[in-house]
Parts: sequence; structure tokens; C-alpha cells
Amino acid sequence: MAASPPTLQSSFGGPVQGARRMPSEAPQERRGASEFDVAVVGGGLVGVATAWGLAREGCRVVVLDEGDRAVRASRGNFALVWVQSKGLGLAPYAGWTIRSSNAWEGFAQTLKEETGLDVCFQRPGGFHLSLSERELEARANSLKRLHNQPGIVDYKTEIMDHAQVARMLPDIGLEVVGGSYCPLDGHVNSLRLFRTLHTAIKARGVTYLPSHRVENITREGGEFRLTTAHREIRANRVALAAGNANMHLAPMVGLECPMRPERGQIVVTERLRPFLRHPVVTLRQTDEGTVMIGDSKEERTDPAGLTLGVSATEAERAVRMFPVLGSANVVRTWSAIRVMTQDGFPIYDESESHPGAFTVCCHSGVTLAANHALTIAPMIARGALDKSLVAPFSARRFHVQEAG
Amino acid sequence: MFKRLADAGAVVALTVDGKPVQARSCDTVAAALLAAGIDRCRTTPVTGAPRLPYCLMGVCFDCLVTIDGVGSRQACLVPVHEGMTVETQQGRREAGR
Repeated sequence: MAASPPTLQSSFGGPVQGARRMPSEAPQERRGASEFDVAVVGGGLVGVATAWGLAREGCRVVVLDEGDRAVRASRGNFALVWVQSKGLGLAPYAGWTIRSSNAWEGFAQTLKEETGLDVCFQRPGGFHLSLSERELEARANSLKRLHNQPGIVDYKTEIMDHAQVARMLPDIGLEVVGGSYCPLDGHVNSLRLFRTLHTAIKARGVTYLPSHRVENITREGGEFRLTTAHREIRANRVALAAGNANMHLAPMVGLECPMRPERGQIVVTERLRPFLRHPVVTLRQTDEGTVMIGDSKEERTDPAGLTLGVSATEAERAVRMFPVLGSANVVRTWSAIRVMTQDGFPIYDESESHPGAFTVCCHSGVTLAANHALTIAPMIARGALDKSLVAPFSARRFHVQEAG
Repeated sequence: MFKRLADAGAVVALTVDGKPVQARSCDTVAAALLAAGIDRCRTTPVTGAPRLPYCLMGVCFDCLVTIDGVGSRQACLVPVHEGMTVETQQGRREAGR
């Protein structure tokens, strides 16, 4: 049932040891009596990217997911593969993001070879646009603070004035005073990415169990037992990739994952001929022609609600940035709950009290998908996180702040 | 292809893609396009397949046209008026038009 793993592309940035191992060659000594080497809790983008990476390493993987009614960021996100602004407050996050951004093209190519599906990854460089001098100054200051941090990777974000932006985005409105441009920014078709990863894990023999919400996790006799309404699943390792629900799951295995979910809203126009060559952080034209608008943040967590005033403000700012959108029809709006850790940075951890339990949790499930598949998953397959890469992302950082 | 059953009211003059078309005062835009023998009101944004009004009751969205400058309106739900400007749509619309 499992497809034989194709060889890795040399363009991948991440460590790829063992990737050519066939499933039948996985080391026997690692295996208990469990049916699975790794149980991944959560079937969203973070979970399936991790599961795919684990399957490439030869692991027997089960993905335990909720059903169709799950509150799922993977179905509502904005689909940017974004670098600029990342890392203010935690410098290693910039390097971690750039690593994924650099691996994305090879990641998308391999997915295409395995599934025949194109996730339409593009990296034309992206903009953050400002509608007043004050906004532009705040933007410049924030980038300055970001790049002044010790140990930061300089990722060449450039502040541009109106004329410079207009050369690359000819349809900007007169109110756009300028913006910042980062050549590493890109975007993808994220619904297709979600579908493609599910197709890819199926082809690799991963067991996907929808409507298997995990209620409890215990570790007995060297294996994990995951309780669901249907049955108990046993696995040698467990990777928590359940988004905001990691907050409740992590303490079951001696970890912590403090979250603060927030709501975002998106407005979508009808399909238009391509006019926007670069994604803007609040606005992008998809490969299929629709324009997605939205970067709102609300401290509400009702996924069914929609604040009309927020959508109206998003649309109004979009039309000021690109007046040609004034005559475009809106065909959809939606709200979705962001997966957000308490400080906004990823959490990757392994449990000391429950060896074999890992957390894979972050806001940017699209941007970091390549890292989760190609860097984090191989670490979990080997049984230990590589501290040289992910130590800054341990949830232990929260203790220092709380002590203050 | 289509014939009017009876006199449907006064003559109303519109333009479709800049050409004069005569409709009747009780027509919807869709009825006027069909009566005028126009063979496509749009092509689809993805495959470019030709489309004409189909369900005539607001359900199928096949009859989308630009009416008086507003794009993707359902021709079957909009009554004609004197001097109306109708444009057929070719594939994806152009932003700002």
C-alpha cells in the first residue's frame, strides 16, 4: 500500500538522513508491540506535513483527526509563505522561517511528483503597504528593531516610497505612501496544499482516522495510549499537532503549550485577470484569480461569527491601496480561528517525563510546512529534537517571562 | 431562435457590447439577450467555455454580464431600462473595469 519513497531533491535545506529508508527497514529495536511508530494528533496542515515527513522516514504513522466540524485554521488561512516581520522578539524565528521559505520550492516539487497536484507555490517577493507617513514610519522602525537584534539573519527588507512601489505594483492608489518589500515572500494555494498533503500521506500508507478526537493520552509500558470515542490507539511516539487544542493535550504528556487563539476575517472577490504581481501582507491575488483581503485580529474565538465592521474596514483599506478593486464583486467572506501561541512564536518540545512525546505547534502552518515535513519530522523519527535548531522554540521560554 | 409570444410592451433601446439592441419594457436583460439572438453572454473564468442564460430564475449564475458598469450581475434578475449598457464578459473580469 505504501508507495516507495522517491529520492529527495538536493534543493532541500533540511537534514534528510534516512529519508531513503523503506518502511520495512525501520529499525526493529525501536518498535514495541504498538501498531504505530508515531501517532500524530491533529490532521490540519501542521499534522499532515509532519505525518508525511515521518512516513518518508519509514515510520508507521497514524493521524488522529477531528471530523468535518473541527475548528480548522487549515481551511481558513490566508496562504502566505511569509518572511518579512518574522522574528521581532525572538531572533532565531527569522532564521527558522527563512529555512522553510528556502525549502518550499523543493517541497512543492516533491509533492507534485508524488501526487500530480500543483500547490501553486510562488515567491515573487511581497509587500507591506502603508497608507500614511505615520504607518510607514512605524513600519520602518519595527524593521529596524527587528534587524538590530543580536544574531538576526538579515533578510534584506527594503523600505520603498510610492514611486518605487508603483514600479512593481502599478495599480497602487495615490494614498499609498510607500511600503516594505522582501524578496523572500511568497504564497501558495493553501486549500490545494491541504488536499495535496492528505493525498500524499494516503499514498504513503499513513493511517488517517477522522472523527477520532483524542480525549486522553497516557504512557504505559513504554507506549502511548490515546483514548478516542471510537477506540484506543497505541503508538510508540506521539506528536501533538492539534493547533490551539495542544493547550489541553500537552499537559497529558508532561508538556505545556500556552495558547491565545484569535479570530481573523477574510473577504474574497470574484475572479479577476491577473493584476497583482506580488502578494501584499493584507491582500493577494490567487493563482485562480480571486483576490483575498484580510489581516484582521480579534480576541474572539467564535468561529461562526463575523464582525461586519471588520470586513468593511478590510475592504475599504484594500480599495485605498488598489482603487481598481472598487468595482470588483465580493463573493465570500469568512472568519477563522488562528492558531496562536501565547507569544506568537512556534513551540517545538519533547517531553522529559514522557519520552517520545513531542509538540509541533505554531501559527504559520503554511510558511513552516516545509520545515515540519523536512526538518521536524526526521527529528521525531530519530527520537530527539535537534537542539541546535529548535532549542529557542521550547515552551520553557514562558517560565522566564512568568517569573518576572 | 426565440420568438416573442405576444407584444410584451413598449420598445426599450439598450446597447450590448456597444451595439444597439431593441428589447421590450417587460424583458429581463436575459430575455432581451436571448430574443436578440446573442449567442453567448460570457465565457467562464477558468476554462473559457461559452455560457448563455439557462435557468432564468436566479439559480444557475450562467447569465452573468456587466450592466451599467457593474460586473457579474445576473441578467435574468434585472429588468431592462431605456439606455441600459450591457457588456458580455470574456473570462475573468479585469480589475477596475
